[in-house]
Amino acid sequence: MTHPLARLPGGAGRRGWSLLVLLVAAVVASPVVGVAAVAVAGDGLTAPGGTGEMIATTALLLGLVAVGTGVLGTGLAWLVTAYDFPLRRTLAWLLVLPLAMPAYILGFVFLSTFDYAGPVQTALRSVLGDDLGVGSDGLPVRSVVGAAAVLVLTLYPYVYLTTRAAFLELAPTAYDAARSLGAGRARAFRVVLLPLARPSLAAGLALVMMETLTDFATVQYFGVRTLSVGVYLAWKGSFDLASAVAVAVLVLLAAVVVLALERALRGRASYAQRGGRGSGLARRRLTGPRAWVATGAAASVVALAFALPVVRLVTWALSALGDDTGAGVDDRFADRLVSSAVLAVVVAATCVTVSLLVAHALRLGGGRVVRGAAQVTTFGYAVPGAVVGIGVLVVFQGADDALVALGVEGGTGLLVTGSVLGVLVAYVVRFTGPAYQAVDASFSRVPTSLTQSALSLGAGPGRLLTRVHLPLVRPGVAVALTLVLIDAVKELPLVLLLRPFGFTTLSVWVYELASENFWERAALPALLIVALAVLPVVLLNHSSRAVDPSARVVR
Amino acid sequence: MTGAQALALEEVDKRYGTVHAVRRLSLSLDAGEVLTVIGPSGCGKSTLLRLIAGLERPDAGRVLIDGEVAATERRSVPPEGRHVGLVFQDHALFPHLDVGRNVAFGLASLPRSQRAERVGEVLDLVGLAHLAGRHPHELSGGEQQRVALARAIAPRPAVVLLDEPFSSLDENLRAQVRADTLAALRETGSAAVVVTHDQDEALSLGDRLAVLRDGRVEQVASPREVYESPVNRFVATFMGEADFLPAHVHDALLTSEIGIVSTVPGWAHTDHDVEVVLRPHQVALRPDPGSSARVEGVEYHGAFVLHHVRLPSGRAVRSWQQHGVRHDPGTTVAVGVVPGSRPVLLSGDTALAGPPPEARR
Repeated sequence: MTHPLARLPGGAGRRGWSLLVLLVAAVVASPVVGVAAVAVAGDGLTAPGGTGEMIATTALLLGLVAVGTGVLGTGLAWLVTAYDFPLRRTLAWLLVLPLAMPAYILGFVFLSTFDYAGPVQTALRSVLGDDLGVGSDGLPVRSVVGAAAVLVLTLYPYVYLTTRAAFLELAPTAYDAARSLGAGRARAFRVVLLPLARPSLAAGLALVMMETLTDFATVQYFGVRTLSVGVYLAWKGSFDLASAVAVAVLVLLAAVVVLALERALRGRASYAQRGGRGSGLARRRLTGPRAWVATGAAASVVALAFALPVVRLVTWALSALGDDTGAGVDDRFADRLVSSAVLAVVVAATCVTVSLLVAHALRLGGGRVVRGAAQVTTFGYAVPGAVVGIGVLVVFQGADDALVALGVEGGTGLLVTGSVLGVLVAYVVRFTGPAYQAVDASFSRVPTSLTQSALSLGAGPGRLLTRVHLPLVRPGVAVALTLVLIDAVKELPLVLLLRPFGFTTLSVWVYELASENFWERAALPALLIVALAVLPVVLLNHSSRAVDPSARVVR
Repeated sequence: MTGAQALALEEVDKRYGTVHAVRRLSLSLDAGEVLTVIGPSGCGKSTLLRLIAGLERPDAGRVLIDGEVAATERRSVPPEGRHVGLVFQDHALFPHLDVGRNVAFGLASLPRSQRAERVGEVLDLVGLAHLAGRHPHELSGGEQQRVALARAIAPRPAVVLLDEPFSSLDENLRAQVRADTLAALRETGSAAVVVTHDQDEALSLGDRLAVLRDGRVEQVASPREVYESPVNRFVATFMGEADFLPAHVHDALLTSEIGIVSTVPGWAHTDHDVEVVLRPHQVALRPDPGSSARVEGVEYHGAFVLHHVRLPSGRAVRSWQQHGVRHDPGTTVAVGVVPGSRPVLLSGDTALAGPPPEARR
């Protein structure tokens, strides 16, 4: 409870600052609003052929990934909270590492390993004969199941983290009570803990499904056509914005369904109960073979999802460098690295500045409308990439049409060629959410009485920001910068969709090389991305509150 | 400090949705005057401070600071333009600045050469000049409070607002810090508004005391006047303990269940039913086996002993007896009034300053 005097100022706040918040909210919301508006207007929206099939494929993929991550994530979370076995502590945190492995990188490593020509099938054939009993095409690796397997291995940490937190926080008292009432371990888990962890499971799964919906690069390795792929192909294949929008609307609907499902799964549960501090679950020490099975199970997940792929990438990278130094490190490498770095720096600086200004403006007051607008700025992260991308295009087209109507020949000319500006706007829309949450977390630790003291001592909003707020929220700003920098380097779908001809980032380069099976040459930039992405995962382990991934779920 | 009034509120009104926080409230404060504000929680005292500081705009009425209009329902000078000092309960020192810089924060408009001098002055005033290089987390609660005060008065504000400034301090520290604060305010000549919920503080601290209820000022007067002549039943019960007995005035003689209470000058030729307000220090007790009033409970308070007495009618009165005097529960006592007392008379909920016209005989 804040003391009444130290409440935020009421009323309209500072007009200029409040307008800024509304403006930011409008920009962030514009892609979704654009897509929705076109859908509502409805004229000339014809979905391209095969849409029905795409819907079915999307549903199947979402279902498989949800079940896979749910079982794997919850199972592993239970394993490391309820049992003790060799290397448990180390494995508990290594299990988070696959978050640093983008699906489009694991995807091509996976394919190269398990596809017809890969070592696994080759070895199998040498043992079992040529057709492996499944026909001459070999195992159906390039399929929905293959894509789902890769997505499960990269996305399960979201579920693992949220349910593990739930087990740690909620479990002790409820679990002890159940045990003391005569329930066995298994029954206590099923009847008490799982229902208690359900809201967290729902949050984790929602995050997983959103990421799955957003992806349209990885699934294309596997020849899987989801709705997001449909959006991509409609735009990049035929520059047909109308049908791209039509499919994007379906993606948006799918996202709404996912959020509705999350609500339903969460039910009316809002278990904010914290288990008795300190006690924690009494872990059962596993002994003998069972202990090694537990260690082996956890270790094999880390190996499959992270360690082995990294080893394979390193091997490729070394061999590429050994073969011909020019192939590994040519001037295109530097060029792409610079593209990625500049893009990431500009986006991170923009997102963090915007977040800082919005949080600061909220401190100056401004009532419900402004607070609502500030909430809107965090929604971008939950909107699937295809919707953001097409939405930006729709907005640009709207701007073009408006300019032409005003007599400017050719409008902005931004739409036809694709533009770096479009990529920037889309990135800012998508990454302002996490940046704002990190900055806002820091702001919430600055008492409002400090703000008001500074004001009453004659400091205007500008001086208040530079002399009081900024120095006090520096930790949040640092976290936000790190998060956005790395997310922006990792990001693939948006830049793939919106980039102008000739603009290639590291992630796009990896994807292009991998799509054409130049795996050895893709290895080095891929490794670079993974190495960068490990950083926030380590950060997350050290201060899990500031960068809690579940905090990114839209409530 | 210019002319007479450091602060004036004229018919100020403020609502939050359905809550009417401040109702047509008027108050004024002379230069150098210390006003204490007290009232039950939700009475609007925090809103009052927010309105003065500029953290809230009035829906109607005007706020004048140092003779200049600071807020009307149309225009409101933002907090940074008001020359109002604020001292918070949590002190709100900037944690990233040392004591000297905290105090210098409000002196941005002063030439650099004069800033250090002013910082030294006010730190001397609160007796903390030797701590200028410390950071807030290295200070005790009392020291933080004094730095907060020094920081607030450094820019020479027309008025300093203190929101329960002592409630976060230890009991044994509070009296000293309170006295030091008052001395510092006196020395700078700043007017001050101190919000408190502590009755002792309210009575001992300010030049005047305002009692608030439901967004209205019930009474504003010197602490002594508020205590001795409350204008109504609410003020009588809120500031200090009070018991009420039905009474009757006949030709300037006030009588009630306990006999003759006192004479009331100015009530000659009257005959009127009233209620009498009895403070525990006005009630005298004497053991009397023949009385039918009985001691029901005894509370030891150190310097005095509080007796709860049940009268034959079933009504209760309380009486303070000196340290060492104790009538055990069950003792029958004769109840009277301490000689020289002038108890307040109520008609309905309002105090009577003199006999109402209908009392004339």
